[in-house]
Amino acid sequence: MAEAMKQMNMIQAINSALDIKMSQDPDVLVFGEDVGYFGGVFRCTAGLQEKHGLHRCFDTPIAEGGIIGVAVGMAAYGLRPVAEIQFADYIYPGYDQIASEAARLRYRSNGEFTAPLTIRTPVGGGIHGGQTHSQSPEALFTHIAGLKTIIPSNPYDAKGLLIKAIEDNDPVLFLEPKRLYNGPFSGDPHMPARNWSKHELGEVPEGHYTIDFEKARLHREGADLTILCYGTMVWVAEAAVEATGVDADIVDLRSLMPLDLDAIVKSVNKTGRCLVLHEATRTSGFGAELIAEVQQHCFYALETPIVRVTGWDTPYPHALEWEYFPGLERVSEAITRIMED
Amino acid sequence: MTSRKNTSNLSNLYVPEPEFRPGDLPDYSNINLNKEKWPDRPDPLVDAYETEPHATGLVRALKLNGETYGQWDPKLSPDTLRQALRHMLLTRVVDKRMFAMQRQGKLSFYMKSIGEEAIAVATAMALEDTDMVFPSYRQQGILMTRGWPVVDLMNQCLSNKADKLQGKAIPICYSVRDKGFYSISGNLGTQMIQAVGWAMACAYKGTNEVASAFTGEGATAEGDFHYALNFASTYRAPVIINVVNNQWAISTFQGIAAGQSRSFASRGLGFGLASLRVDGNDFLAVYAAVKWASERARNGGGATVIEHFTYRQEGHSTSDDPSAYRAKGEAEAWPFGDPIDRLKEHLIKLGEWDQEQQDALIVELKAHVRESYKKAEAMGTLASPTEINPATMFEQVFEEMPTHLRRQRQELGI
Ligand SMILES: Cc1ncc(C[n+]2csc(CCOP(=O)(O)OP(=O)(O)O)c2C)c(N)n1
Repeated sequence: MAEAMKQMNMIQAINSALDIKMSQDPDVLVFGEDVGYFGGVFRCTAGLQEKHGLHRCFDTPIAEGGIIGVAVGMAAYGLRPVAEIQFADYIYPGYDQIASEAARLRYRSNGEFTAPLTIRTPVGGGIHGGQTHSQSPEALFTHIAGLKTIIPSNPYDAKGLLIKAIEDNDPVLFLEPKRLYNGPFSGDPHMPARNWSKHELGEVPEGHYTIDFEKARLHREGADLTILCYGTMVWVAEAAVEATGVDADIVDLRSLMPLDLDAIVKSVNKTGRCLVLHEATRTSGFGAELIAEVQQHCFYALETPIVRVTGWDTPYPHALEWEYFPGLERVSEAITRIMED
Repeated sequence: MTSRKNTSNLSNLYVPEPEFRPGDLPDYSNINLNKEKWPDRPDPLVDAYETEPHATGLVRALKLNGETYGQWDPKLSPDTLRQALRHMLLTRVVDKRMFAMQRQGKLSFYMKSIGEEAIAVATAMALEDTDMVFPSYRQQGILMTRGWPVVDLMNQCLSNKADKLQGKAIPICYSVRDKGFYSISGNLGTQMIQAVGWAMACAYKGTNEVASAFTGEGATAEGDFHYALNFASTYRAPVIINVVNNQWAISTFQGIAAGQSRSFASRGLGFGLASLRVDGNDFLAVYAAVKWASERARNGGGATVIEHFTYRQEGHSTSDDPSAYRAKGEAEAWPFGDPIDRLKEHLIKLGEWDQEQQDALIVELKAHVRESYKKAEAMGTLASPTEINPATMFEQVFEEMPTHLRRQRQELGI
């Protein structure tokens, strides 16, 4: 039976995932700041309150620690809360409830209490958001034992991974690259904006489907270079590969924790070259983890040093956003350099 | 307690200090418990603001001489009162035994609840067994009351092969779901807002359960406590927010967390929550207050904040020596008496108990605790090599073990 497909942007895909889970499972509740009547500042929860009721989709006080704390309690009871943190930049008041509570409840109670909750939050830059609307804090979360960290790069993955997250029996942090909500982004702000309406990854099944965690997606297949990336950087990598004409594997990790190490190792062993990309600041970033694994598992296949292109170790600037952002130019340069090595 | 050394000629910064420190003679003659008037018992569905006198006064039912007083007396049967006495005594006997065994190196750490037993035991007796409690580490009396075998508590503290948590948590961080006892976090305060989430889930599901959360007065300064009051108020959650004010947070006196507030209970009023301050050494008053709050919650009246006014008679934990920061004799001078002695006096006054029965009960409980300890010790202690399979370290991180953990387990050679 052919699945009915619909063209969706990432906001609509996320909304569809939430709507499907709320329809299927009365234990799914959706809440956060401005999430209820208004439908969220990015509109990801639009229409859910009207359709599913005030008691299932509602506004919360502006207290991220409180939002995640009540979600932990609800999840321990047996519900499947989906909490929205308006921007990842504001998640830190809830960090303790994530790191010390949600992620450890199963372990410390030896499985007696669990926290099957999903935390959705927009991440990343490229929207003139400055320090308070652009951060990419994924490494602060992948470092936590007991938490899964997921980051889709397109509408199709966003929906399948979000449904999977809600159905997962462990806490999942679901990071939404906000620059990709409406379309892919090349990393060059001067290029015309694209949208998902004509993109094949914007073609999304209307019904229920899931995408497994711990499974990377080979975004582009090549022979000469492996680019490890996730979120917005997948599209920057694609543009840079086009610009440089280098035949590269672009590995969209999607699931940072747990990580699909096999896909990474397979690709680097094939190409012998590896470039690691992320928007987040460099030092102790997730790239460091990737590089450590690649050098341990692919050392004898490597022909050149592994290179990483990241945000600088500064707070996210406002006026100098495009000097900070690891955009098309910097990524292209890095590709050229590796290939010349 | 008011403050003494709170100004300095070096600066205008005000830093409160307790009335008494080592070297001082504790004197509470300014507190005259016989002269005060205690607030009456309002209807449980009263408007929250009408509990202002209860939040700043003190709810009591039992005088120090064992007689009852006023409207809060829950008029429990002598059998029920004897049960309460038994649970409180059992808690105390277990605490003393575990403290002694820690001193012998059999467990890494322990925390006693001596002087605070009425709060836990009355809570457990006033609530339904299905009402989830979100405890801090001084409510082991709830487990004693709800009938968790003492040997299981000991196995957890000894981290031995019979510990159902498989040594994953430090001693006293119990998790006993089938006794309505939520997994204790070592991080203070976090359970308060989780209890509100649990209560919201109860309301969402339309069950008649309530949740009951506990924090020490010191940890009320954590954001989670304030989140809990806010969310409980907003969503009218069926939850009881208990603050056990035992005057001390390790070496820090209650005035550091309280600021200029007159009571911890009155924190609830600003959030529009019913709020009671209760004599925490008065079993009858605690029982009556918890009943009142649970009735309010079950009938749609929302949350209640209860401050249990009590005193931490001993050190904070086995790692603590309070003589370094507390005046000698403060525990003895504390004017609210001991909760076990007070309930015993009450039963004797009723003609339902005597000292001989009391002594016999203690002998019986000590024998039970000794037997339980022997059984637990036979399953291993911290002093003996662990018999917990190292492979279990990697279990229960997630429901299913991801590849990286399987690889790390192999790296460890198992
Ligand atoms: C978040 C956090 N901060 C600090 C500590 C260390 N700590 C453990 S108990 C304690 C004192 C708590 O005092 P209180 O809340 O009054 O409870 P009590 O011990 O008196 O029952 C402190 C500071 C901790 N466990 N968690």
